[in-house]
Amino acid sequence: MSNEIVIQHGVSEQEVHEHHEAHHHHETFITKYVFSQDHKMIAKQFLITGMIWAIIGGLMSVLFRLQLGYPDLQLPWLEDIFGHWAKDGKITPEFYYALGTMHGTILIFFVLTAGLTGTFANFLIPFQVGARDMASPFLNMLSYWFFVVASVILMSSLFVQTGPAAGGWTVYPPLSALGDASQGSKIGMDLWLVSLALFVVSSLLGGLNYISTILNMRTKGMTMTRMPLTVWALLFTAILGLLSFPVLFSGFILLLFDRHLGTSFYLSDIVISGTKILPNEGGSPILYQHLFWFLGHPEVYIIILPTFGLVSEVMSINARKPIFGYMAMIASMFAIALLAFLVWAHHMFVTGLNPFLGSVFVLLTLLIAVPSAIKVFNWLTTLWRGSIRFTPGMLFSIGFVSMFISGGLTGIFLGNSTLDLHLHDTYFVIAHFHIVMGVSAFMGMFAGVYHWFPKMYGRYMNNTLGYIHFWVTLVCAYVIFWPMHYEGFAGMPRRYYDYAGWESFKQFVELNRVISFAAILSFLVQLLFVFNFFYSIFKGRKVTSKNPWGANTLEWTTPIRPGHGNWPGEIPEVHRWAYDYGKDGRDFVPQTEPVGKDETSH
Amino acid sequence: MSTHVPAGYKWWTGGKSPYNVSYGKLMMWLFLLSDTFTFGALLISYGTIRVSQPYWPDPNHVYNAFPLMGHADLPLAFVSLMTFILIMSSVTMVLAVHEGHKRNRAGVEKWLLWTILGGFMFLGCQAWEWTHLITGSHPVLIDGVVKEIGTTISMNPFGPAVPGLMHDGHQVTVPGPIGFGSFFFGITGFHGFHVFSGVMLNILMYFWTRGGRFDRLGHYEMIEKVGLYWHFVDLVWVFVFLCFYLI
Repeated sequence: MSNEIVIQHGVSEQEVHEHHEAHHHHETFITKYVFSQDHKMIAKQFLITGMIWAIIGGLMSVLFRLQLGYPDLQLPWLEDIFGHWAKDGKITPEFYYALGTMHGTILIFFVLTAGLTGTFANFLIPFQVGARDMASPFLNMLSYWFFVVASVILMSSLFVQTGPAAGGWTVYPPLSALGDASQGSKIGMDLWLVSLALFVVSSLLGGLNYISTILNMRTKGMTMTRMPLTVWALLFTAILGLLSFPVLFSGFILLLFDRHLGTSFYLSDIVISGTKILPNEGGSPILYQHLFWFLGHPEVYIIILPTFGLVSEVMSINARKPIFGYMAMIASMFAIALLAFLVWAHHMFVTGLNPFLGSVFVLLTLLIAVPSAIKVFNWLTTLWRGSIRFTPGMLFSIGFVSMFISGGLTGIFLGNSTLDLHLHDTYFVIAHFHIVMGVSAFMGMFAGVYHWFPKMYGRYMNNTLGYIHFWVTLVCAYVIFWPMHYEGFAGMPRRYYDYAGWESFKQFVELNRVISFAAILSFLVQLLFVFNFFYSIFKGRKVTSKNPWGANTLEWTTPIRPGHGNWPGEIPEVHRWAYDYGKDGRDFVPQTEPVGKDETSH
Repeated sequence: MSTHVPAGYKWWTGGKSPYNVSYGKLMMWLFLLSDTFTFGALLISYGTIRVSQPYWPDPNHVYNAFPLMGHADLPLAFVSLMTFILIMSSVTMVLAVHEGHKRNRAGVEKWLLWTILGGFMFLGCQAWEWTHLITGSHPVLIDGVVKEIGTTISMNPFGPAVPGLMHDGHQVTVPGPIGFGSFFFGITGFHGFHVFSGVMLNILMYFWTRGGRFDRLGHYEMIEKVGLYWHFVDLVWVFVFLCFYLI
């Protein structure tokens, strides 16, 4: 062939469609709000579905914290609501396990994966790279609706007679593979597996779109290193999901086969209920753990990476300074994404893993501290001598950094296999991951919601409620999780129903009560956020200018309430990176402004 | 839109695809990358279970039958034929894509039909092989009694031989590792499902081609995308073939 080639311009179906039908464009309620193919609407759908899930998942934690903080308490109204699951007003052990399992599943997958990435990848990628919509708006819509179907199935598992899946969000076999083993391993487990399989499909469709949009559809002048860090973070998130979820999918297929077809992938030499000898032979439950954690570890970065991007962006805008170390930020995210695939066995130090292999995983795990620390220092140096505007979004960004440092440090403890032998499956682990990927990710997500709410709905959220939300959340988060480190050091195991029977843990009765109190308080203050969110959609203060934060990125060049296609005219061309704040005596210089003749280079 | 690409042309400056592919083709490549990990996970699982077993059946002994050849010992002959058929279907797919580049509708239709036929033949062969394994029973010593069992996902007659014990002129064995059938049927089934999906896509492509859809669009890129998928499924088979039949 000659070098005569067709150059593919970044054009989506949507754009072609717009050109053809610009004059007779009519949307019904169904196409606008239900089966929408507009990235902005899909983002809002993901956000609100995620919020519903977060309330349900949060409520579950309130219920099991009631049991942990007040083990002798009897609340008759619990029996009125939950029937035999709360006999005599007390949560039964089966219900307790199911609550913990579902709390983990819902928060990790349905809120902090779909709710977080689904919202901000859909909302910000087309805006910030300068595209009319996602590469394939249709697949994008499918991605959301697969998520809805997965949600409906998981939700329905809460209402079956034997209850939802129980035994931990990791659903380790053999417990999860054998229906006879527990209530939570019956139909609830099948619904869980089917729901999560559909969730993987949703995540795959979304991820394909995010990567293709970022690579193919950047507007003229938007080189990769002019992209805001949000887009970089979402790109790495999508790549992680694309490569790790299929492995989980394979693991689930094998588990479903073991449950229903009599295969022996994970099962071997099992006597059930002390009497029944199962014919399964030669399988390995450890195999499942490898498959699970090959997703499971990247998954925590899938959760936290988007918030890296959101926080960097919000922080730079509100400190009125360029983000410190832009290239270092990208490099650290790349390093984290790469290492994410090489550390999964640090969740398995106590499985009888070869100690030499363990030491390799210790080394690789501790290496993650390097890029993480680089990012933390870059955020701190971005704040350093900034003209900080303490908007709620900015406060949550700073809170994120605080949480990320606190939770990250305990990760170094757990990454050491020798220490992990003691700390494994204790409250130390609970404290670590809740701080570093639970609360941190929520802080980042809140930063994003408060900051981009004006772009989503053309109105602001209420600041006073935002400040209350932030401070109560921050204090409660530390009150809940800080003491858990001590409980974990003392060896208090996670997932236990009642600690009163153990001499060693009786000393923590009061502490557990304090934790439960703070947990309930922090749940209530999240409801304040939900109220603020919905109230502000309809009654919030109106946005009156296109660029209320004085930001550089492209989404603030669109109309206050952008239509389908984002820009009414041509898509703007980009001439500079996204972080020219406080440059040459100017507060900010939008990306669309050409570089002047005597402008200093950054 | 054909243009000469000047030396030093900048591909990453935005406003164009850096790999000079449409987003659809990019998505297909990314999907295939993802699916590689699905199969990779399954095959690695198979490998770990297999090496953990003290005994594993010899594929030359298990897969030695051929339709209409009775009890003739023809190791791997049938699976070689299956593999040949699948690879030939990839060749015809290439020809369909090639005709698509020339925008020759009749040519695309012809080669798509051959590809569909190849896909169905492969699936038919797989169905025969599965049936033969499940129904073809062998004498196995279980709890002191000789029983005739076939190969299923939870049974395996191909264990080590019991020295000196014959049954109807056949060597009696002890049960083989259960994982053998579990993984064989699980993974070839998952691959077969991919082939089936590919055949369905090709049938759809055939009708779209016949309906003139691609002529109206002005290009046959959709055929290329399905072609990528088809070649991928073919490539995966090479690994499945290697792991189950050759090693």
